[in-house]
Amino acid sequence: MQLTTLTIREAHELLTTKKISSVELTQAMLQRIREIDPKIKSYVTVSEELALEQARKADERIAKGENVTPLTGIPFSMKDCISTRGVRTTCSSKILENYVPQYNATVTNKLAEAGAVLLGKTNMDEFGMGSSCENSAFFNTHNPWDLDRVPGGSSGGSAAAMSAGLATFTIGEDTGGSVRMPAGFCNVTGIKPTYGRVSRYGLIALVSSFDSIGPMSRDAYDCATVLEHIAGHDPHDSTTYNSPVPNYTKHINKPVQGMKLGIPKEYFVAGMEAGVESALQEAIRQFEKLGMEIHEVSLPHTKYGLPVYYLLLFAEASANLARMDGTRFGLSVSENAKDVIDIYLKTRHEGFGDEVKRRIMLGAYALSAGYYDAYYLKAQKVRTLLRRDFESAFSKVDLLLAPTCPTTAFKLGEKTSDPLEMYLSDIYVVATNPAGVPALALPAGFSNNMPVGMQLIGKHLDEQTLFQVAHAYQQVTDWHKQFPNI
Amino acid sequence: MSTTIDTKTVKHVAFLVRLGISEGEAQKFSGQFSSIIDYFNMLNEVDTENVPPASDIANAENVLREDAVQPSMSREEFLKNAPQSERGYVKVPTVLGDE
Repeated sequence: MQLTTLTIREAHELLTTKKISSVELTQAMLQRIREIDPKIKSYVTVSEELALEQARKADERIAKGENVTPLTGIPFSMKDCISTRGVRTTCSSKILENYVPQYNATVTNKLAEAGAVLLGKTNMDEFGMGSSCENSAFFNTHNPWDLDRVPGGSSGGSAAAMSAGLATFTIGEDTGGSVRMPAGFCNVTGIKPTYGRVSRYGLIALVSSFDSIGPMSRDAYDCATVLEHIAGHDPHDSTTYNSPVPNYTKHINKPVQGMKLGIPKEYFVAGMEAGVESALQEAIRQFEKLGMEIHEVSLPHTKYGLPVYYLLLFAEASANLARMDGTRFGLSVSENAKDVIDIYLKTRHEGFGDEVKRRIMLGAYALSAGYYDAYYLKAQKVRTLLRRDFESAFSKVDLLLAPTCPTTAFKLGEKTSDPLEMYLSDIYVVATNPAGVPALALPAGFSNNMPVGMQLIGKHLDEQTLFQVAHAYQQVTDWHKQFPNI
Repeated sequence: MSTTIDTKTVKHVAFLVRLGISEGEAQKFSGQFSSIIDYFNMLNEVDTENVPPASDIANAENVLREDAVQPSMSREEFLKNAPQSERGYVKVPTVLGDE
């Protein structure tokens, strides 16, 4: 029995029937991380001691039959931008290389209460700024399907760990595709929930009005299981919804016949890799076979999604990253500093990578006198139009289908010399975040032996429909059950 | 219309975000910023007359809570991450200089 590729519910069944213990499962994962991760490099920190302690506690809970949840004893990894008390949290940045949070994010607390076992923290583009994981200040993560290719970003470490069997589920974070794009590149299922569905407390902020924490897993059912446990209102995050979290898994088998699936024509245009397009067309036929109605729809402002997303990101990130100043926590370069401003200048010069520097400077530019109206305010107005596009589409259909990226995973180094070209790889995933709507990415097949990803985009707070449709698709396809040979 | 963001502007925004920058970096960023902003100028094509700027994302309402005292992190715990501290305070060099 291969313990490292189990789904959450397969592992849960084995744990609760006492066929395996959480300690055994956790040790199998830690062993595989030792063997395989030197090639993949998905983990920044492996928290072995904590993992084994949590696994022993989970085994006690299961033995007593007390307070056992579907996640009790299940090993997971977490993107390194989510705070974990006592476990280094770096955002893959030199400026936080030795930062050990004194408190847990709400998501971390919720998973600990459910009895899940934290294996460690996964690599990412520095502060979430990137689409390939190559902006990590520490090392590149490799795509388990082809080690010369990127895993996508920014949650690239999480996606690669999932696909290589180095965690049973993982927690990513999606500011503008950072869960979905790497999920597509690595043949993983992942969801960016509605903005405000999952608490951001303890998440190191990139764009406070876009950031959405979401699970990545082997299939839609597992994603639904994890989201049930991490979603919900949090007094520490006033943007979280008060409405109760639905029991997604209970209703996941409901039929999808007669549901209306919209195909936004602006997402199916020239420039898409032929194999990606044919995989998507095949998926559309599959949804039709499942009894769904297919409708072409239009999201006319799609092409403006990219500049809107990036301009607002630059602006919010430049404010959010102001706290990394070398005085209260993190790297501090104070030698020969003549005053406190000198510490800021030196620490940030040394502590931030080029992409972070670019974005916070462009943020200051877009917000500065003389340019504010032309860039920041203009982007907020077009954001209103992007949101109206989705509202109008959802008055006609129940959900939308789109690719996660125009291509499959590109080669390491292919796009690092031109920042704008790297931004363009996000073209299909960025528009959802300024609108706040949920989107679920799932495997759609292969093009030249590399995974193709697609996403289902839903109405605000309608994760249920996304889970139902993805689950129905995964009952009749087995793309999500393919694993790389490593 | 192509945009030029010269090195002087780059150095200015670097200082606004308190980022030390070398002459070589300023030159590199100047070229990159010009092409990025140039691409983003496509937003000018969009007619936004009478379109209000987005200001919230979920039609959120104001959220209030009781102003109740809650336990918070201890001073010792907080200062664990401070690069320098003295007598229970974060220590930094001169903030207001004598020049």
